[in-house]
Amino acid sequence: MFVDALILFQIAGIGIIVALIHTILKQMGKEEIAQFATLIGFILVLLIVVNGLSDLFQQIRSVFLF
Amino acid sequence: MDILQITILGVLASLLYILLKEVHGSIAFLIILITGIVIFFSIIQQIQLIFETIRKLGDQANIEGLYLTTILKIIGISYIAEIGAHLTKDAGLNSVSKYIELAGKIFILLLAVPIITAVIEAIIGFIPNV
Repeated sequence: MFVDALILFQIAGIGIIVALIHTILKQMGKEEIAQFATLIGFILVLLIVVNGLSDLFQQIRSVFLF
Repeated sequence: MDILQITILGVLASLLYILLKEVHGSIAFLIILITGIVIFFSIIQQIQLIFETIRKLGDQANIEGLYLTTILKIIGISYIAEIGAHLTKDAGLNSVSKYIELAGKIFILLLAVPIITAVIEAIIGFIPNV
């Protein structure tokens, strides 16, 4: 359970930090690098989520569809 | 996992979603996704216990294995289709979620065909030949 809640906080933290980096880079006038940072942050979170989704589908398969 | 913990997890996820929605929409959606995954993960272990019990009872009652397997598969398909439909609805794709539900219904019907055939054959067996 503790690990599960940890994932949630991890994603929220990544999101907030990425938004911060985006704002700072935008203020500095580096739009392209800001976009890139956002993209990288999204990919990081997507990696976590897709891993979890694959685990869940494997579990469903082993329970229901043997 | 207790029901209390699941509820707290949901409330926490909604708080984080509200926090993130303003600054980063796509990651906020991923938070919804991971919350669903975590809650379902905790549920599915209890479902496994229930299904083992059902299968044991079916064995005791000498029910043919094919029927129980089909029913469990139908339940599994409905759960998966519902997860997908709700996720796409949350992302704002109402039509895609309807299509997922339709696909789930079709596959359930497809799985139920052997049972329906067995029932109809049994009924025909009752009718005496003229």
